Amino acid sequence: MSATSARPSPAAQPSGGAFILKKALISAAVALVLFSLMIGVRTEAGPQGGLIYWTRFGDLAAMVGTVFGGSIIVELLRQWWGPIDKDRIVPKPVQSAMSFAGRWLAPALLVFAFLVPVIFYNQRYILDLSILVLTYVMLGWGLNVVVGLAGLLDLGYVAFYAVGAYSYALLATNFGLSFWVCLPLAGILAAFWGVLLGFPVLRLRGDYLAIVTLAFGEIIRLVIINWQSLTGGPNGVSGIPRPTMFGIPLTPGDDGLAARLGIEFSPTHRLVFLFYLILAMALLTNWVTIRLRRLPIGRAWEALREDEVACRALGINTTTTKLTAFATGAMFGGLAGAFFATRQGFISPESFTFQESALVLAIVVLGGMGSQLGVALAALTMIGGFELFRGFDQYRMLVFGMAMVVLMIWRPRGLIGHRAPTVFLERNQAISSDLVKEGHG
Amino acid sequence: MDYFAQQLINGLVLGSIYGLIAIGYTMVYGIVGMINFAHGDIFMIGGFIALISFLVLVSLGLTAIPLILLIVLLVSMAITALYGWTIERIAYRPLRHSFRLAPMLSAIGMSFVLTNFSQVSQGARVKPVPPIITGGYTLHEGPAGFAVQLSNVQIMVVLATIVVLALFTWLVSRTRLGRDMRACEQDQTMAALLGVDVDRTISMTFVIGAALAAVAGMMYLLYYGLVDFFMGFVAGIKAFTAAVLGGIGSLPGAMLGGLAIGLIETMWSAYFSVEYKDVAAFSILIVVLIFMPTGLLGRPEVEKV
Repeated sequence: MSATSARPSPAAQPSGGAFILKKALISAAVALVLFSLMIGVRTEAGPQGGLIYWTRFGDLAAMVGTVFGGSIIVELLRQWWGPIDKDRIVPKPVQSAMSFAGRWLAPALLVFAFLVPVIFYNQRYILDLSILVLTYVMLGWGLNVVVGLAGLLDLGYVAFYAVGAYSYALLATNFGLSFWVCLPLAGILAAFWGVLLGFPVLRLRGDYLAIVTLAFGEIIRLVIINWQSLTGGPNGVSGIPRPTMFGIPLTPGDDGLAARLGIEFSPTHRLVFLFYLILAMALLTNWVTIRLRRLPIGRAWEALREDEVACRALGINTTTTKLTAFATGAMFGGLAGAFFATRQGFISPESFTFQESALVLAIVVLGGMGSQLGVALAALTMIGGFELFRGFDQYRMLVFGMAMVVLMIWRPRGLIGHRAPTVFLERNQAISSDLVKEGHG
Repeated sequence: MDYFAQQLINGLVLGSIYGLIAIGYTMVYGIVGMINFAHGDIFMIGGFIALISFLVLVSLGLTAIPLILLIVLLVSMAITALYGWTIERIAYRPLRHSFRLAPMLSAIGMSFVLTNFSQVSQGARVKPVPPIITGGYTLHEGPAGFAVQLSNVQIMVVLATIVVLALFTWLVSRTRLGRDMRACEQDQTMAALLGVDVDRTISMTFVIGAALAAVAGMMYLLYYGLVDFFMGFVAGIKAFTAAVLGGIGSLPGAMLGGLAIGLIETMWSAYFSVEYKDVAAFSILIVVLIFMPTGLLGRPEVEKV
């Protein structure tokens, strides 16, 4: 289907004050009907158990007024900027500027990441937040293998995160194994589950695959909740041992790291250690992904993303290609899960809801599918933005949902909407992703 | 045997509710080719609007239950349909020609918006209502004192489903709009060339799907006597499972899939464990898709090169 057909030219768009006013009035009328009952009337269970209600016409009027004003502003902006679905192909100078920035931004960010514990040594909050951001960077890079490189839409990625977290938690609390033994085990177990999910869904494509992975994620979560004897059910697993620095615990005791080095103990040491641990794990994910992209298997993934039929015609074994993508992505998810368990010291099924999967997927897509730098920037934006609204807990997900919609309309191809080719003739040049048409993976 | 018959009735009633939601998924998928992730939440909004309008009507002094229910049904269908229209306008229309992940993510975002909108505006607690329709029939008295019951609510849910489905089938097969919808499902570009207003048809698809979801929401409220802000997610995935099971894009398939999921769920809870009923429903989805990738009544997908 042609993307340019049946679209009015910009000149045909009506403009002028009367048009804007009419549009705003219609929006306000629609908002009045939409919100009339949901906001105008508030229900609550009364003292006798029956439902009582009271009216909030003031709030309703405020909402309708906001929609009226907002509609005028949006319409003015649109007339100023031109229609949003105008040609999105980036002009040449911007492209070269972006690729220049891209070349220097990544090393600069990396250096900054290494220096974060030095700069913010005494600010626990910032350290905690950066550990969180890095966890999502790692998850994003892990899912990027499945969604960004292989083009397989996975809505149940959180299942592997959960498998990793529970593997470490159960192995460590039941058998007393150390973090460094459990970490690879968690990765292997998660990869195994990835293959297990991969097998049945190999024949599915596109949205069917999405819904099966979503169902799979829910199955894992429901089993964790209901298998009380193993997983502790909704109460979760607590008392998960903290990681040691290769056998040396980070505790105030005599055998702790601080005592051995002869320095004063501080709980920040553990945070700094955790920070470098997740940074190393994230960088490992990134390194493995970049290396894999250059191997035949990585190229097969990308070919699969672009066109599955052509892939098969070229003799690429789509079965193993899909399975390896699932397994690799799942392994990184599992490793991140083990880290999550050791950082929290407590895990419960509440941490592994569909919301998390959607968040990680949003990071990958917003980053610009397949772009490593884009994913890191998107994780920083999303998690940082999410933190800004910590005070308004109730409104946080509401704003997050709206942001997802607006970001998709504004930049459907993600922050970094170009692709670096793995094979190139003479000169490496970024390709705008508007030129790329995706097949059904 | 009596127990089985009772579960069969319960399963069919639950299945009709799922089927009504599933039709919304299947219609949108058939025409636009995307999963409308927010559809489950539209069902939830429909339940809420039915609840609130019922409360308001009762406090206004209306006493005739059939009249109240009719007004509630119409109000809830109208407002929920407007929700469907608005969502299509805001979140899906600008992305219609975009690459396939973008509309899916904006749909997921929209689903978060709706869930949290109703949580913020109506509170997080479950809203119970006392039974509105009471009474019923005893179909068969067993020797052990177990009686197969058919309550009036159950009759009403099934009857409403049949009426709505009959209206809907007439709409799709006999009216101009239905013809436009079928044309858009075949080929949007060709339909546009032949004078079909594609934008309007897609809008109407969302409107009709949302209205059907509102009927399902009201039936859910009548049958279970409660609504809460989170009920859209699980009901949504189950209805989507039903749509896929029946073969997505096929309208009779959606109803059949809905009934199948309802029956599987009640039978599993009756004979195995209640806790794992959702696991059973989702596992069946996976198993069916392995052996029948296009569902029960779906047409095989043709690969175009």
